[in-house]
Parts: sequence; structure tokens; C-alpha cells
Amino acid sequence: MTTSLIVGLDGTPGGDSAIAYAKRVASLVGAETRIILCYVVEWSPYSFNTPEENAQRASRRENEIKLARERVLSPAISELEKEGYQVEGRVRHGDAAEILSLLAREVNAEQIIVGRKGESVRSRIFGSVTAHLIQEASVPVTIVP
Amino acid sequence: MSRFRSLAPWAAAMAALMAASSARAEGMDQAISDIVGPIVNPIVSTIFYSVPVAGTQFPLIVGWLIIAAIIFTLYFGFVQFRLFGHAIRLVKGDYTDPKDEGEVSHFQALATALSGTVGLGNIAGVAVAVSLGGPGATFWMILAGLLGMASKFCECTLGVKYRNVNADGSISGGPMYYLSKGFAENGKAGLGKILAIFFAICAIGGSIGGGNMFQANQSYQQAVNVTGGDASFLVGYGWLFGLVMAAIVGMVIIGGIKSIARVTEKLVPMMAVIYVIAALIILGFNFSAIPAAFGAIIEGAFAPVAVGGGIVGVLIQGFKRAAFSNEAGIGSAAIAHSAVKTSQPATEGIVALLEPFIDTVVICTMTALVIVITGAYQVEGLGGVQLTSYAFETAFPWFPYVLALAVLMFAFSTMLSWSYYGLKAWTYLFGESKGSEIVYKLIFLAFVVIGSSMSLGPVIDFSDAMIFAMSIANIIGLYYLMPVVKRELAQYMAKLKSGEIAPVDKEAKRQNA
Repeated sequence: MTTSLIVGLDGTPGGDSAIAYAKRVASLVGAETRIILCYVVEWSPYSFNTPEENAQRASRRENEIKLARERVLSPAISELEKEGYQVEGRVRHGDAAEILSLLAREVNAEQIIVGRKGESVRSRIFGSVTAHLIQEASVPVTIVP
Repeated sequence: MSRFRSLAPWAAAMAALMAASSARAEGMDQAISDIVGPIVNPIVSTIFYSVPVAGTQFPLIVGWLIIAAIIFTLYFGFVQFRLFGHAIRLVKGDYTDPKDEGEVSHFQALATALSGTVGLGNIAGVAVAVSLGGPGATFWMILAGLLGMASKFCECTLGVKYRNVNADGSISGGPMYYLSKGFAENGKAGLGKILAIFFAICAIGGSIGGGNMFQANQSYQQAVNVTGGDASFLVGYGWLFGLVMAAIVGMVIIGGIKSIARVTEKLVPMMAVIYVIAALIILGFNFSAIPAAFGAIIEGAFAPVAVGGGIVGVLIQGFKRAAFSNEAGIGSAAIAHSAVKTSQPATEGIVALLEPFIDTVVICTMTALVIVITGAYQVEGLGGVQLTSYAFETAFPWFPYVLALAVLMFAFSTMLSWSYYGLKAWTYLFGESKGSEIVYKLIFLAFVVIGSSMSLGPVIDFSDAMIFAMSIANIIGLYYLMPVVKRELAQYMAKLKSGEIAPVDKEAKRQNA
């Protein structure tokens, strides 16, 4: 049976340490391990936009997906493949914690791995993505410092 | 007339004397009023062509909107009541395909359209209605709001159905598109084109009238109000206030400074909530006076005493302000709603019917109740936003400051929305090029200055006239295309019934994701 590991990415250096740890886990588990890289674009269906933003939303979304694939996912995927890992990538829009935990159920993942983020004003007030993820996830979550 | 003519030299002398004595400050505002007034007045009297009904002048255009709203209500079988619950479920996202994450949601389309309509109409317009029509105007306003929901449903369904997806992936929609494409489908391309062009011209007028001058004017009034009324340092400096406002609007629409727009879009809903809560608190304080206020509203609606024109006069005030506030049948909302991501045009129509409800039945009614319950409408010499401000002040002495901020925010966001509507109409007429966009934006900014320099009367007349003129072409189109909307609704309802379209539950979301 394949073991799936989900790695949450957001384009920050934290993602690299998360990938590094995922590789380590994968080599410990063995060959039948699949690493799923998931890039989440922060987005909410309940935000307030100007009419102009709405009119351009569809093309912006395409662009966001394209950029995430080009700049973050593709380089990471090709590097992992070169090193012989089984890997796939996804780009999703939404709340990072929610998306990652839903994805974990969907692919029956063994665990979710994310990098630790620095503390910001926003995370002090509303709680960080990692804190939400711990609350929400149905599988173990590993936070890589 | 001859008497007036004989007075003319005297009046001219007086005017010259006044201009000289009241210092340079007044001069600028007056000069702008004098230039714009004669251009605007004939337009206003054409649009508001009135016929005498029961001893009062009834503007045909108001009847045009109300009759349309009644016809749509009947034709779609009271869709605004039947599908009210479904509308809320759609907004919540219960039916949103998880694959559409990252696209414009129903909530976002509704919120954007609302920030264009919730504005001064809800604060100042209602005050105008109650001060001119008495408490009874509230009743007719609510009724017009409820009926208008069907008009919104119709136009926003069409807005989505006939929208254009441009080469760059952006979406253009609105009456210009459903008029030209919808009529062309039935071999009447020429007529559709004429209506679309007429609509676009009126929409440009509306964007500089109600969507701009009225907003600029009322925010200036409120700024004067909170800085000391007649003694305010701002008196006579409307043009300067207008220049500052134009500069800020210009930074967003020409300079592309998104952060300002973003902050506004977040503050506006907050302001609306604060406004409604404040109104509810005032109503709570005056709990015992509520039955009497409702009594005054019902009595004023059917048996008005102190209002010129009797029942029809009251009705006109209520209907006029409701139409001006929620814009149902005007066509503006169809532009804003058309960007939503959906494969079913009817869904956005259903969502859009919430708009007049929130705007008129909830927010306008709050303003009206506060004005009636505090008795503010009986105070002589108050009109527009000053009246609302006074009514809230009786309960919260500090409220005029909050209101001034709310008015500024509402005015600003309405101006941003309307500058977009006007721009869409402009580019429909003159093509999508950077050059022509800049021309429109500069004209728009010039009218910010003009709007804040003129007195309320001419501004409100011109604003009403242009906004209502949009409904002429739009409603002709809605009548012609309403069978299309009916078919769209019928097939959507059939799919809902058969379960082909079902609420997306969490479980399914997980599997499809």
C-alpha cells in the first residue's frame, strides 16, 4: 500500500525545510511513498472586492495557478523526481488549513508536513495557519522548524 | 413671466452685490452652479415628464419602474418570496462546486453590487423622502423595495446569460450586452443595438449624476455639518473639498492604487453594520414609541394630511427614493453581478433579489424608522443627510461624526462602483483602449468637483434624472427578454427538483476536491 505524505507550500523558505523532512520520512518508510506537494493560494469566498477585481478574477486565478506551478511546484517536483521520489503537485485556492486537511482525507494521507512560519501581527490576533491546521486535521501534522 | 423679467435687472444687481460682498469663497461655487444649471434643467424636466393624477404631478418614469416591478413579480410567480431561502443558501455557498474555488463567488458578486447601491440613497435619500412625503413614504418605499426584487432577479439573470468573456479572460456584462445580444438572437439586432447605445449613454450620465455628483455633494454637506454648520471653515469651499475628493478617487481609478479601494471595500460593510446596529439601539430606546411610529407610517401612507399631493404625492416620494436607492430596473446591478462564476445564470438572478431586500427593506427602513420615531422629520429646515444626522444625534450626540465617516465611505465606494459602471458603458461605446478610458476617468473626476460645489436641489434632480433614464432602455429589454429568464429559471428549478443540481455537502466536497 502506498503511503502518502502531504507537504504544504506557500512559496516561503519554510516550504524547503518541509520538503527536506518529507524526503527523510519517505526514505525511512520505503519506496512505496508518494509525496504530494500542495500550494495553497489564500482565498475566501466571503471577501469584499471591487467590481473591477471581480471582472478580472477568472484570469487572475489562472495566472496565480500558473505562477505557483512555474515558480514553486515545478522546480520542487523536478528536483524530487531526479532524486527518485514519487511526487505530484497541486495548486488550490482557499483556507490553507482547511484545504490541507480535506486533501489529507481525500488521498488517505499518513501525515501533513508544513514548515513553521514566523509570527506576524495577523497570526497573533487570528491564530496562525499551523495552529488552525492542528485543530482541523484528521491525520498527524508535523511542523518542521 | 413679465413680472420676473422686470425683476431681472434688480436681481442681477443683487447677485453682483452679493457676489462682491460674500467674498471670493462663495463666488467659485456659485459660478459652477450657474454654468451647469441651465444645461441640466431641460434634461431633468424631460425625464421627469409628469401627468396630473388625483390632483398631483405623477412622473411617468416612476410609474414605468413600478409597473415593471409588478409585472415581473407576477410573471415570475412571486419569485422574491418563493426563492428567498434558496437565495440565502446560494450566497452561503451550499451549491458552490468545490472546483470553483478561487473564482468569484455568489457572496462576492452580491457584496460588490451591494457596495454600489448601499450608500447615500439609504441615508440621505430616505431623509428626503420622509421630509417631503411624511412618514407614509416609508410604507411605499418598502413596498417598492419588495417589488423591485423581481426586477433585479430578471436583469441579473440576463446579465450573466449574455455576458462577454474578453480575450484577456476578463468579463464584461450588463444591459449593453443583453440588449444587443438578446435582441440579435431574435433577428432584431438593429433595435437591440439602439437600445444598448441609449442605455450606455444614460449609464454614463448616471455614473456622473447619482453615482458621483450626488455622492460628492452629500459628503461635502456632511463634512460642513460636523465642522460647525454655517460657521464651518468649509462653507463656500465646496470646490476645494471636491478637488481633494477627486484627487483620492483619481488615485484609485487612474493611479491604480488598489490599497485604498481595498480598505474601503472592507470598511463599507462594517459601516453598514454599525449603522444598522445604531438604528436598532435607537429603536430599542424608543421601544414604546414604535407602535405610534408604525401608526404614523400607515396613516401617512393612506391618509396623509400635511403633504402636498395627498396619497399620490407620498407614494411618489416613497417609490422614487426606493428606486434611487436600490436601483432595481435601472440595470446597474446587472453589470456588477455578471462576473460571478456559475453555469446557471438563474442562480445569480436569485442571489440578486436579496439586494433590494437588504438595501431598501432593511437599511432604508431603519433610517426611516429612526427619523420618524425621533420626530426629526418635523424639524423645519432640515433635509437630506442633515436630517438623518440630526435624528441619530438625538440619541447619540457623537453620532454625526460616525455618520460623517460612514457617508464619506459609502460615497467613496459608490463612486468607485459607478465609475466602473460608467467606464463599462463608455468602453462599450468607444472601444476598450487606454486612451478612451483615461478620457472618461478625467470627465468623471471633473464632476466630483462640480457635484460638491452645487446646491443639493439641482444635483439631486440631475442625479435622479440620469439614473432613471437608464431604466427606459433597460426595462424595454427586460420585457422583451423575460421569456428567456423564465426558461432559464424553469430549467434550473427542474434540475434542482430532479437532484441534478444538489447542495454540495462536506462529504461530496472531499471526494470532488
